[in-house]
Amino acid sequence: MTLNFSQLWRYDDLLLHGALLTLLLTVIAAVAGTLIGVCGAVLVRGGPRPVRWAIRGYIEVIRNTPALIQLFIIFFVLPSLGLRLPPFEAAAVALSIYFGAYAIEIIRAGLDAIPRAQLEAGECLGLTRWQVFRHIVFLPALRTIYPSFTSQFVLLLLGTSLASQVSAEELFHTGGFIDSRTFRSFEVYAVVCAIYFALVMAFKLVFAGLQRLMFRWPVRR
Amino acid sequence: MRTFNEADLISLFSALRWTVVLVALALACGGPLALLLALMRSSRLAPLRWLAAGVLQLVQGVPLLGLLMFFYFGMPVFLGIEVPSLVAVGVAFTAYTAVFLGEIWRGGIEAVKQTQWEAAACLGLTRWQQFRYVVGPQAFRMALPPTVGFLVQLIKNTSLASVVGFVELARAGQMASAATFQPLLVYSVVAAIYFTLCLPLTVWSRKLEARLNGAR
Repeated sequence: MTLNFSQLWRYDDLLLHGALLTLLLTVIAAVAGTLIGVCGAVLVRGGPRPVRWAIRGYIEVIRNTPALIQLFIIFFVLPSLGLRLPPFEAAAVALSIYFGAYAIEIIRAGLDAIPRAQLEAGECLGLTRWQVFRHIVFLPALRTIYPSFTSQFVLLLLGTSLASQVSAEELFHTGGFIDSRTFRSFEVYAVVCAIYFALVMAFKLVFAGLQRLMFRWPVRR
Repeated sequence: MRTFNEADLISLFSALRWTVVLVALALACGGPLALLLALMRSSRLAPLRWLAAGVLQLVQGVPLLGLLMFFYFGMPVFLGIEVPSLVAVGVAFTAYTAVFLGEIWRGGIEAVKQTQWEAAACLGLTRWQQFRYVVGPQAFRMALPPTVGFLVQLIKNTSLASVVGFVELARAGQMASAATFQPLLVYSVVAAIYFTLCLPLTVWSRKLEARLNGAR
């Protein structure tokens, strides 16, 4: 058997479209998941007890079951409850819920890492509530969570490929379509993997660059 | 159309065996490779470090789904023979495990102070003995909680093997769901089985980590 990539070039615009949809799905899930993460982390630290238990339950259920099964439940089960979501939207919801559970844990750890005494020190210096939040809570916590948050983002980008299993249009699904047209399975998936790799590398570079730009102040250990 | 019954439940549990087989295979084959990658990454020879880092970036940069497809369709292309799906899936999960565990274990090795290597060298131990008797055991303690955490990821991710037709728990769930038209019930049962497998490991990993932090 020989490799033959030549048939694939006809589909370059499809692949580009798929890659853009993958990016869109990633961004939607990352933004929605981060919102869940911030609210969840704040509530799990200081909310009423039933709310804290509910959030803990959510985190444990999501983190201890496969994302694929979560996606199937949302896609196949919600219609029987009267909520019919198209594949792409269902995947966006499932991935947001999935990313949210991880985001809560990451953000909570970042907030936990700030010593209480540091907040009190800020107040003693006469900083306003906003200044305390900005300089003592937000920026140091952002610095703490940055590495784990960005690597979770990359895992999310790769995880959006699951959406193809409910035939949501994105890069992996596009690969399946081209495969069914050309029967060059290996070549198609090699190219699809290469595109994912390029996307991941681009994000890793940007994240590393941002880290250098944003967190210049020295840390005391 | 029929309803979900004991026979479906039995087929789910017999498919669970293949999930377990896949996890065992990935650990048995991927574990040694992970150790090799971790040692290469903390080697004194730069080319070895670069090679390991390259493999790591490459495998961590593609989706596991893509890795599965790559080996499933690629092995016949490169080897010229049809391989059973267990082999293709096993190879993909071996690569996945090797890379992620390798990175975790490298972190463990690097968390041990450089002076421990030097002290061991002063005692006249060879490089391997330094790792085997001095650095390794300390790194093991540090790396155990995330290793158990990775095990949970691995169990969950074996569900992806279903996409190349390998019948494990998730695939058996899909088939039962298609036969009974009761996706809510079937997928809830499947999710519950994964949950009962993974939750104890998650709790154990958290306890190990708390103990490690307490000891410091």
